Amino acid sequence: MAINVARASVGSMQAALPAARGEARAASGAVKLSAQDVRVRYGSNEALHGISMEINAHEVVAFIGPSGCGKSTFLRCFNRMNDTVAGAQVSGRIAIDGRDIYAREVDVVLLRAQVGMVFQKPNPFPKSVFENVAYGPRLHGLATTKAEMEAVVESSLRRAGLWDEVKDRLDEPGTSLSGGQQQRLCIARAIAVSPDVILMDEPCSALDPIATGVIEDLISELKKTYTIIIVTHNMQQAARVSDRTAFFHLGDLIEMGPTAQIFMNPTQKRTEDYVTGRYG
Amino acid sequence: MSDTGTPHRQIPFSLVAQRVEASLRRRRRKEVGFRMLGMAAVLTALTLLAVLFGSILVKGLPAFWQATFVIDVHFDRELIPIGPKPVLEAGESPAAFQQRMVRWQTDLGFADFNQVLLDALAKVLPEAAEHPEDAIALIASGEAFALRDRVTADPGIVGTTQRLRLLADANVDVWLKGNIDRSLPDEAQQLSARTRAWADQLYAADVIQNRFSTAIFLNPDSRSSLASAGLAGAFMGSLFMMIIVIVLAMPIGVAAAVYLEEFAPKRWWTDVIEVNINNLAAVPSIIFGLFGAVVFIMWFDLPRSSAVVGGLVLTLMTLPTVIIATRAALKAVPPSIREAALGVGASKVQVVFHHVLPLARPGIFTAMIIGVAQALGETGPLLLIGMNAFVASVPTSPFDQSTALPVQIFLWQANELRNFFEGRGSAAIIVLLAMMITLNSVAIWLRRRYETRW
Repeated sequence: MAINVARASVGSMQAALPAARGEARAASGAVKLSAQDVRVRYGSNEALHGISMEINAHEVVAFIGPSGCGKSTFLRCFNRMNDTVAGAQVSGRIAIDGRDIYAREVDVVLLRAQVGMVFQKPNPFPKSVFENVAYGPRLHGLATTKAEMEAVVESSLRRAGLWDEVKDRLDEPGTSLSGGQQQRLCIARAIAVSPDVILMDEPCSALDPIATGVIEDLISELKKTYTIIIVTHNMQQAARVSDRTAFFHLGDLIEMGPTAQIFMNPTQKRTEDYVTGRYG
Repeated sequence: MSDTGTPHRQIPFSLVAQRVEASLRRRRRKEVGFRMLGMAAVLTALTLLAVLFGSILVKGLPAFWQATFVIDVHFDRELIPIGPKPVLEAGESPAAFQQRMVRWQTDLGFADFNQVLLDALAKVLPEAAEHPEDAIALIASGEAFALRDRVTADPGIVGTTQRLRLLADANVDVWLKGNIDRSLPDEAQQLSARTRAWADQLYAADVIQNRFSTAIFLNPDSRSSLASAGLAGAFMGSLFMMIIVIVLAMPIGVAAAVYLEEFAPKRWWTDVIEVNINNLAAVPSIIFGLFGAVVFIMWFDLPRSSAVVGGLVLTLMTLPTVIIATRAALKAVPPSIREAALGVGASKVQVVFHHVLPLARPGIFTAMIIGVAQALGETGPLLLIGMNAFVASVPTSPFDQSTALPVQIFLWQANELRNFFEGRGSAAIIVLLAMMITLNSVAIWLRRRYETRW
């Protein structure tokens, strides 16, 4: 039920406020992601001090907090991108659909196919628009024929709201698009491998307000299909796009709850100070 | 008033303007001075470079043109008493044929080609017959053998008269080009007074002409016939070594760089390797030669003076350069591209092969060319593995004795007939430089080509 409410909430913050939701524990709906006591250590320095939370399917969760609070680090735990950082150690348990993604038998390649990621700066490959989107499916052997691949590319670009703009220039380099288009291309690239979850690490910080608006509308559209976690510095953005918001500070999860509650009626003093702009 | 003591006193506006202006003037003076200094440095470097290239060109270019006889040579049947060249007859055993061929070649060896040359000279210079010693000194001694080779190739020319181009002796070339002081007394001259006079006479009569000579490109080195000494042997040696360096240093160097940069765990031993690679790049090249002499020649028993040993030594010398430059190229690939590929589920190896290596390719090519160019110009280590030996044949495989272009330059500069080999050496430098420039152009072309791909 809550999911339906959330789905109906496109563009309307008030509607996205099922009162039953709150805390780090999602009250209802299928739990998609769960984290228990997640700690990340860079050498001797602990960047995350035991974070626990649950995220429902088809939910948009925003991570907010001042720079260096660990929100990006936590985000990158969900597709094990921290594995590639030298000296980073992750402990605790993170599960997707109940399966521990840090278990020994988990193939990180499959995990990243299931959990797509969009980065802060648009980072299309220096290849054609088509190749950018086709790269992931080709990697995983998702399309067996040329026609199938074309269909995958087209539907991914359509879902990223980019198809009409690039359908005549699929052979042009992805880097020749505008910043906002590039970011949507990156979103198309992420969804081309049919993930369940999309992680977005400040996806609009390098974009102008109009391109940002397009991406935000897109997020509201995408959550019908995907579970989305978005890290953002922009609190209006968190308020606009997310169902629930988690506030991080100095490596701790201070508060998590329905977005309206976090912004209008936070329970923690530090949350209130941050969302009202007293520090950050 | 007494506001002089207050620390926050404002400087009067007029004074501020004045001081700022003064400081601006100082700054401008400094900046102009710095720019002048930079321009002077560039100008000095350019001037020195121009002098260097100028002197090489001035000395080297004329050496490509050599004093050449254009003369009718009669292949007198009496002087060349040979039968028809043997052909394999039906039913004849190869051994028997071989024997006949050897006998035929021996007969040809006895033919007096010097007399053939003298007869040819006598036609344009009637006195030549009376002073054969002085006359034969006009022509490069190797040309008698060149005539024999012509007959071997085509015995049909015996009995005919051919208009041929024959190289004049190196000393004649020196004399005619004015590379020796003509006022020196006889005993200080390389040629007898008669020969010198004849040279001038024949030059005036257009029998000796200053013609572009391919000898320097096509012949191996020579000590008996200096005028025909060429670079072909050294060129082939350098070519073999370059191929060996490219074939070995490219894959090993790039693989090592990729592993160290992308895969190696950050441990103390990778740090040790890294430091040592950097140190190896600074090791004097002659030490690599010593290493090659011990390891490749003494232990592995590879033929000394051969291009294969030279190539291996130069590969070792080039590897650190290739590894360091390749790592720099890999480092320059933006991390965002790696993240993007990892993010859609590429493995580490796929990230490297699909994205990092293609993007680093221009840099890797540059690294390779820098390495090869460095190897191509290297002399020191080759001296220690015997590649400074005199090699009078063109090597046909990397296992043959050979020398290299820079070593050939080194050898020619030390030749006793300085007046001739100064020009010859400069010509060799021009060839070496041309090779370098070609290599660098290829590098630039490759870099452009792969950079504009995206």
